[in-house]
Amino acid sequence: MTDQTLPASREPVNEYEREPVPERAWLGFRSFVGQYAGEHTAGTELMIGPLFIASGVSAIDIVAGLIVGNLLAVLSWVFLTAPIATRARLTLYYQLEKICGRRLATGYNLANGVMFCFLAGAMVTVNATAAGVWFDFRMPGLNDLYPNSVGWVLAVFVMGALMTIVAAYGYNFVARVANIAAPWMVLVFIGYGIVGLREIGIDSIDTMWTQAQTLIWKGGDPLPGQVKFTIWHVLFFAWFCNMAMHIGMADLSVFRYARKSWYAVASASGMYLGHFIAWLAASILYALQLHRDPTNTSVLPGPLAYNACGIAGLICVIMAGWTTANPTIYRAGLAFQAIVPSSSRYRVTLFTGAVATLAGMFPAIAMKLLGFVALYGLILMPMGAVVFVDFWLSGKLGFRRNYAEATGTRFNWAAGLTWGLTLAACVAIVAMGRLQIYFVGLPGWFVAATLYVVLSRLLQRKEGR
Amino acid sequence: MRAFARLVSWLALAGTILPPLLFFADRMDLDQAKLWMLVATVAWFAATPVWMDRGRE
Repeated sequence: MTDQTLPASREPVNEYEREPVPERAWLGFRSFVGQYAGEHTAGTELMIGPLFIASGVSAIDIVAGLIVGNLLAVLSWVFLTAPIATRARLTLYYQLEKICGRRLATGYNLANGVMFCFLAGAMVTVNATAAGVWFDFRMPGLNDLYPNSVGWVLAVFVMGALMTIVAAYGYNFVARVANIAAPWMVLVFIGYGIVGLREIGIDSIDTMWTQAQTLIWKGGDPLPGQVKFTIWHVLFFAWFCNMAMHIGMADLSVFRYARKSWYAVASASGMYLGHFIAWLAASILYALQLHRDPTNTSVLPGPLAYNACGIAGLICVIMAGWTTANPTIYRAGLAFQAIVPSSSRYRVTLFTGAVATLAGMFPAIAMKLLGFVALYGLILMPMGAVVFVDFWLSGKLGFRRNYAEATGTRFNWAAGLTWGLTLAACVAIVAMGRLQIYFVGLPGWFVAATLYVVLSRLLQRKEGR
Repeated sequence: MRAFARLVSWLALAGTILPPLLFFADRMDLDQAKLWMLVATVAWFAATPVWMDRGRE
């Protein structure tokens, strides 16, 4: 689960920002395999895996839910995002500007930037848990929402400051480190799982599945303060945790470089290495911790990784958090900079990193990461529906495509109302207890698509008179 | 030089995943596995930058 970047080690979203990507810059399939594999094996995977265990998930639910949910995520990239990306070859921001107008696109940037800040904050939190292995300070527990020790605050501050300075002044260096570290990181994640299996008492592949059901993913009640997860929760979480990227269309910015739209199949590398193997491995480590001491419910990736794979494991936690926080902080900065274009990129990135560091001091985001990730996707999803409908259906359903560009408006009310009303409807459905936040994105997409069609027709008919 | 570095990288990847597998098979104790993983990590980060991603700089 992470954010989008451009292939290889380029700085994100600084090329062909306001023009289609020319053919000479198109990229091959392999570029996307490596990119997705690296980016979805992030530090936050070490939070998500344990949180599944804390949610009382059973073995069949987690395995089947992740296989199907990740497949749906890949299909969403293949059939929703990439076909538009390889036809228009524009960034999401520019496409939104054409449809929604500059002012509304700025609102989207603001929402996106804020969510990126919090996500980067969770990555800083993960890295700070690594510091806890070497320095003896009190670290947050599973249900802690606020910082609970001076040592914790200092650890987050130091980690966040380092990440921020590097994101501002050495983006390309970290991007290169990320590319280099990716294959090694994937293997260390697999190593976590293998060591965890043996340590918990599984010593044979023949009995692995039976023992996994009784020792690791036992099902039953969740830990206090956690939501019970069924197969449907796992499936929808795996599908929607990157909702902002596929259904929300943020990865238009990535696949605009793809020679063919089917290259989006490459997202499977990230889903099945990061969101399957890495989540399972991290959950095994947490199950081992609970197996040894049922009262120790803290989800602390640093100690979990260190106990399994020693210093190499700890380096992997730091590397995974650092290399994914880097583009996240950078990208949040770009989103904010689009709002205040006169501001220096470095200053904005430093400001963004400071906000992310502050957010990282509050363990609530990391400890409630399952809910936060679902919220993140939900907030950005309606604009993905707007882009989809505008691109494919506008002509057939009788309203103008790229309305803001065609009319010169700075705020397309049909798109703005679609965003606001869809979110209001989703929040109401969740608040009334009809659906949990993990599921509401699905009906929400149809609400957004329908609203945009109806509102666009109404608005444009009114103006045509 | 690049070919040698590439070879070291492949060995380092093997050295990252083999120790956990040997630990699982009861052929290595955990402390040894952790040590070999660290050695492989150092080897990976020393050798890989020599050949990977150079063309993009």
